[in-house]
Order: sequence, then C-alpha cells, then structure tokens
Amino acid sequence: MKKNKLITVIKERGQIYLLIGPFLILFFLMTVLPVLSSVVLSFFNFDMVSLPTFAGLDNYLRMFIQDDVFPTILKNTFVLAILTGPAGFLLSFVLAWMINEFRPAMRTLLSFMFYVPSLVGNALYIWTIIFASDSYGYMNSFLLSNGLITAPKQWFSDEALIVPIVVIIQLWMSMGTSFLANISGLQNINPELFEAGAVDGIRNRWQELWYITLPGMQHMLLFSAVMQIASAFSISSIITTLAGYPTVGYAADTIVSYLTDVGSVKYEMGYASALSVMLFVMMFGTRSIIVKLLKKVGQ
Amino acid sequence: MKINLKFKLPQKRTDGTVRKYTRSKFGNFMFFAFLFLFGAFSVLPLIYSVVTSFKPLDELLVFPPTLFIVKRPTLNNYLALPDLISGLNVPLSRYLTNSLFISIAGTVLHVIAATAAAFVLSKVDLKFKKTIFLIIQLSLLFNAYTLSIPRYLIYNGMGIIDTYWVYILPAIPSSMGVFLMKQYMDGYIPDALMEAAKIDGANYLRIFWSIIFPNVKPCVLTLVLFAFQSIWATIPTGTIFNESLKTLPTVMSTISAGGIARSGASMAATVIMMIPPIVVYLFSQSSIKETMGSAGIKG
Repeated sequence: MKKNKLITVIKERGQIYLLIGPFLILFFLMTVLPVLSSVVLSFFNFDMVSLPTFAGLDNYLRMFIQDDVFPTILKNTFVLAILTGPAGFLLSFVLAWMINEFRPAMRTLLSFMFYVPSLVGNALYIWTIIFASDSYGYMNSFLLSNGLITAPKQWFSDEALIVPIVVIIQLWMSMGTSFLANISGLQNINPELFEAGAVDGIRNRWQELWYITLPGMQHMLLFSAVMQIASAFSISSIITTLAGYPTVGYAADTIVSYLTDVGSVKYEMGYASALSVMLFVMMFGTRSIIVKLLKKVGQ
Repeated sequence: MKINLKFKLPQKRTDGTVRKYTRSKFGNFMFFAFLFLFGAFSVLPLIYSVVTSFKPLDELLVFPPTLFIVKRPTLNNYLALPDLISGLNVPLSRYLTNSLFISIAGTVLHVIAATAAAFVLSKVDLKFKKTIFLIIQLSLLFNAYTLSIPRYLIYNGMGIIDTYWVYILPAIPSSMGVFLMKQYMDGYIPDALMEAAKIDGANYLRIFWSIIFPNVKPCVLTLVLFAFQSIWATIPTGTIFNESLKTLPTVMSTISAGGIARSGASMAATVIMMIPPIVVYLFSQSSIKETMGSAGIKG
C-alpha cells in the first residue's frame, strides 16, 4: 500500500517535470545563462577581440562619474518612458475595451486596423517621409502651404520637436502585444458577472467597466504593464531610424541606443553590459511600483 | 449596492448575439467614430506599401512622393523579383520552404512548451514556482542587445551553428508566451476544473492535454500569432552561413539593399513578406471570436 503510494507520487512528479522541463531547460540555456554572463561581463573590460580583463566596478563608476553623456541619456530614457509608458498602457486597454463593444466581424476589422503597425515590417518608413526636413516632407509642405511656417522645419534637429514626435510614433506603434492580450482577456470575462451586475443595478458601461470589467482583467493588466515597461524604457529604433545616431546634443537618445553604439561601434561590451544592467534595475524598480498600484484596481 | 427593480436583463437578438441595456446608441456611435478615425491612421503604412509596390519607376521617383496614389499601376515590381534573385545559386522556393518550416515548427513547439509550463506554474503544486515565474517575468526586462555574444557561445557549444536549430531552439522558450498564458490561466481557468479532473483519476498529462489545452484555445491562438510573427521575421546574424539554410527575410533584405532603382521591387518584396503574418493574424483572431460567447453591439 505504502509502496504503491510512493510510486504514484514519483509518477506524478515525473509528469510535472515532463510538462515544465523542456521549457525550463531551454529557458535556462537561451535566456538565464546569457543574462548572467552579461551581468558578469559588466565587471570586465571586453573589446570582443582580446580576452576580457577584470575591471571591478570601473564600468559603473565610469557611468556615474566620468561619462558626460550618461546623465542626458538617463534623463531622456526616463522622460520618454514616463510620456509613453502610462499612456501606452491606458490606450491599449481603452481601445481594446472599446473594440470589444462591437460585434465579432467589426471587432476583427477594428483590431486589425490598430495592429497593422505591429504587423507590417516597415511601419516606421512612412514617418521618415512625413517628417522629411526639406520642403517636400509632408508635414513641412502642409504647414508651408497653409502659411503656418515660413521655412521648412528641421524636425530632428530641434530638441523641442523631436521628443513629441517620438512619443506620438511610439504610442501609434504600441497597439501590439498588450493590446491583443487585452482583447483576448476582455472576451473571457464570465458573462454571468455582467448579468449579475445588471441585477445589482449597474446602469451604464462606465459603472460596468469599473466594477466588473477591470477586476476581471487584473491578470491581463499585469501582463500588459510589464510589456509596456519593457517597451517604454527601450525606445530606440524609432529614434535611430528617423533621426540617426546620435541626435543633435543627444537630445533624444536613450540608454538602449547608447549601449548599442557603445557595443557595436566602440566595441566596449563590458560597458554596454553595465548600461544594460543599469537599465534592468530601473525597469525592475518601476515594475515593483506598478504591481502595488495594480492591486488597487476595481476596489 | 441598491437593487434597481426596473432592471432589464441583456436581451438575445435574433442572430444569437446579446444586446446589453447598459449601452446607449449615441455612445456606440461615438465609439465607432473615434475608433475608425484613429484606426485609419494606423492602416496608413499598409496602404502605402501596397500602393507603392504597384508604382512604375517614374512615379516612384516623383518628388514630393505621392504617398497613396498610383496613376498607372503595374505588376513590374513583382515580376522583377525572380530576376533579382536568380543570381543566387539557391532557388527561391528553397528560401520559402525554409521560412515556412522554421516558422511552423518553432511556433508549434513554442506554443506546446509554453502552455505546458504555464499550466504547471498556474495550477500545479511545485516548489519554487513563484520564484521561477518571477524570473520569467523579469527576463522580459533585460535588453537583448548584450545577450548576443553569450548566446553565440552557447549555440557554438551545443554545435547548432549552421543548422535549423539556430532558428527553432531560441524561439521555444520565449518568456512572453509563458507569462501571457500563465496570466490567462490564473484569470480565466477555474481551479475547480482541475480538482474535478483529479478526483476522476486523470493524470497531469491527461489533464493538460484534454482539459486545459482546449479551454485555453483563445490564448493559444494569440501565442501562435506572436510566435509566428517573430520567427517569420528573424534574420540570423553570424549563425547561418550555408546559403541553402537561409530564409526569405535575408533574401528580401539583400534586395532592399540595392538602392533607389530597386525601391519598387523592395516594396513588392516587403508586401509579399507581410502576407503570411496577415493570414495568420486573420486566422487566429477570427477563430478567437468564434470560440467566445459574443456580447457585441451593432457597429
């Protein structure tokens, strides 16, 4: 009897490991190990040609004491994250919620429209034409012909213009992963809850949103928040595609575009890794705050 | 909350969808107008790419570029593609087969591994599962740039450089898929479902495959889309040297690198590359809607 039970337990464990094992082994090899090596590398100098040499905390000290560019880059990263993160998070929920109000065929059409920038490979290209800096650029030619400006604007040389443009494009592109996750979550809230809500006197869609929909979406909102943090702190391809690297006076460059340059052009992988670790620490801190805030939704 | 005696329950329409009394017609209209306006803005890159791919050379070179108008549509850009590729010693069909093979194999393996892992993390007792899940979440916050060197060394150590595995293995343990699936199971698959099956004597493998998997189909379809999209667009750097193992995006990017004279052909290539992800999107999202009870309103 006792022996049988032991066999059952062993079998059960075996099945559990069979289910999660393949993922965990590959996850360890493809993600955990590279991340750990990257963290280790941040304490070394490594030019990708000769062997890494131990540097202690040099890379981190350099970041905060010697590097003149880093404070600007750090500030830009934060500014862009604050301007795009919360807005992207709200927008991807609100649009998903609005779309979910429609019938299935219309839903598919509308969600497809918003997902297009994530679906096509060259979404950024169109913005390079719109914001071309000569008088042929669409925005310039529109403003010139309406007499709003007298000379074509250098969109990406002007600090006051480049940040708003990047924010708009980032938001426009942010209807991706978390947007679709929100849509699939919204469709899964138990319909009985809405009927019960009707009985309890919920009168319009706004009350329904706060008392039923949002609490039913908690898990998806956490997913969405983490994905938004990851993308809001990592904006870089928009800037480098539209304005090149570096932008005038590093006006819009972020940690990611900086560390890519440090690694690929200057071959300082140790310093690039240290920047990467620094960025991770920032995102980790933000995530901890957001997790606490999300627990209060719908209460 | 006060009970409202004059409540109306949601009414079934003749087509089986439900009309909610909490929705005003005016509100519905405003939602639609708002969504359509913003949605139209999002579809621009798609329209632009398709229109441009049908432009003859002289129209492509017009300044300022006409974004959405083609006066004399032509198929020449598409017809030129086979010629541009004929210089390579591997036929186009080979690249296409490679792309389809790695995308489908990678997607299937990722979805199964991720769903199984999420099942254990969400519904099964396992030591350290909270820690494992936290690590999976946090891995999404580490910038991928500095991971490329450690990853290369790992591929090298595994002896998978210059094989299909370089495409497929890294795609399997994508943290995002597990994170999304785990959130979905936490939110929408009741633990009672699991308990009932256990009492009936079903083992974990059986519970996973015949009870959990069918019930998370909407989320599975979303994972299929995300995985396919990302594997389809992958361009390996420094891990594939054998021409007959290369994929479509690599070929297409060599066409695009051909400068302005090839801008028409490169746009045609871009459009062709978009088709499979769009097909997968439409398949995945419309099937999701079929599997759900619909509570829509008239668009």
